[in-house]
Amino acid sequence: MIAVIWEVTSRLSVLPDFMFPRLTQVLETLFNGLVNGQIVAAIGKSMSRLLIGFAIAIVLGVIMGYLIWRYKLVEDTLGFLVTALQSIPSIVWFPLAIIWFGLNDFAILFIVTIGATWTMTVSATSGFRNVPTLYQRVAKTFGSTGLHFIRTVIMPASVPQLLSGLRIAWAFSWRALMAGELLGSGGGLGQLLETGRSLGQMDLVISVMIIIAVIGTIMDNVVFMRLERSVQKKWGLA
Amino acid sequence: MYVTIDGIEKSFLNERKEQVQVLDHIDISMEKGSFVSIVGPSGCGKSTLLYMIAGLEKADKGSIRIAGNEVKKPGPDRVVVFQEAGLFPWLTVLENVKYGLLLKKMPKQEAEAKAIDMLKMVHLSNYIHSYPHQLSGGMKQRVSIARALVMEPDILLMDEPFSALDEQTRMVLHKELIDIWKKTKVTIFFVTHNIREAVLLSEKVIVFGTRPGKVKEVIPVPTSTDGVLPDSVTLHTEQRILAILEEEIEKVLKEEMGDDYSFKTNHLHRNDSGDMGSHI
Ligand SMILES: Nc1ncnc2c1ncn2[C@@H]1O[C@H](COP(=O)(O)OP(=O)(O)OP(=O)(O)O)[C@@H](O)[C@H]1O
Ligand SMILES: [Mg+2]
Repeated sequence: MIAVIWEVTSRLSVLPDFMFPRLTQVLETLFNGLVNGQIVAAIGKSMSRLLIGFAIAIVLGVIMGYLIWRYKLVEDTLGFLVTALQSIPSIVWFPLAIIWFGLNDFAILFIVTIGATWTMTVSATSGFRNVPTLYQRVAKTFGSTGLHFIRTVIMPASVPQLLSGLRIAWAFSWRALMAGELLGSGGGLGQLLETGRSLGQMDLVISVMIIIAVIGTIMDNVVFMRLERSVQKKWGLA
Repeated sequence: MYVTIDGIEKSFLNERKEQVQVLDHIDISMEKGSFVSIVGPSGCGKSTLLYMIAGLEKADKGSIRIAGNEVKKPGPDRVVVFQEAGLFPWLTVLENVKYGLLLKKMPKQEAEAKAIDMLKMVHLSNYIHSYPHQLSGGMKQRVSIARALVMEPDILLMDEPFSALDEQTRMVLHKELIDIWKKTKVTIFFVTHNIREAVLLSEKVIVFGTRPGKVKEVIPVPTSTDGVLPDSVTLHTEQRILAILEEEIEKVLKEEMGDDYSFKTNHLHRNDSGDMGSHI
């Protein structure tokens, strides 16, 4: 339905094709881009950045979350700071990142990571805090301590919260990535958008937007929803 | 004595950051293989004392010794069965029961075999691969008891383990617990609100007073060789305990509701179903 309206309006519209391309034209560009590798390469570039940044953010977030949960001193200092930092949109870090790293991959990686780190920290902290005392007591009476205690009780008991943290963190880093690539350099989907704009190729721009929407939806609805649902089912929460 | 609780005192900070004394000079001793119950008004510190024996809480004063060794931290020789089963929802029934065994570094196969045996004993062999949420409350509590017993602890600490269950399930579990106790001769420290349950199960009932919690009286339960007591004997013991508790409850109610409140003793009198004072 949307497709039909789009096709018809764009054909009737007075706007030139480069501003409002026809659907068929967009699909053609999309298809060509996928076949000749231009779009595929950009996807690969973006995803690899995203995965690296996201992974670093998760590890950092969980570690900081742990420290905040475990030590009162860290909670009063870092914990407070994190809440403040969390409210800064990650693209705001970009100028700083450029000064520190230059206009390169690192700068983009930096904002991707930082975008997800604070939310992950907050989720991890609240996940650890909400581990029922009962589970902790049970494990302790069986003699669980130290790393074993963290690995077998604290971590699994906070899985539901960690997962929803992961999902939000993903959304943050995904947005940060696009913004960073648009402004930065070195390929990726965001960069391709910028290229499309400067060449006046609206069909390319829209193709990339479609790709971005598809990837976002897949991650959110397929990957994270599934993960959450399977945990809920196993735990009997659903 | 096997377990010696000697001059335990404990205070907590309340919301207004004031010290509130919860336990006042508790002295209790238990023989090896005995079954001791504690009854007392809500909030008198029964759970706190149990957690101290478990090593989950520290006393302000006094000491707890088991076979001469002072309790300093939790350990698998003293296992707790909590009021809520507290099974780990991310593990299957079998994995839950194996948890403590694997922690003791028992070989995997041996742990599995033991856990399965224990689950058979509580009649749950058909559910070993289920997750806790797929079980009823009574079944969960049985898993939790199996998880504790499989450790072959020296002391079993039970904090109102049956209070969330219906009457039928409770009766079945009473019988199972007594059987297990006789078979294993584990020392049991049993906290309950249910006077009848305490008299039915244990050899000795310790009645706690409150504000602060202290031992009011220690009442031995007469035993008979076949394990079945005539109703009149149990009834008499139950009534004795009830009389002591009534005083305490009156004290609490007076404090909470003002001096004009006069406690009506017949509230707690034995009703027709015979379920006397099961919930204080
Ligand atoms: N961690 C804690 N911090 C502050 N106060 C506590 C803490 N744990 C227990 N208390 C207080 O100590 C008192 C005794 O608690 P406890 O749980 O031992 O009572 P109880 O006899 O087990 O009661 P119940 O029969 O209702 O289970 C209560 O007044 C409770 O508010
Ligand atoms: Mg209690």
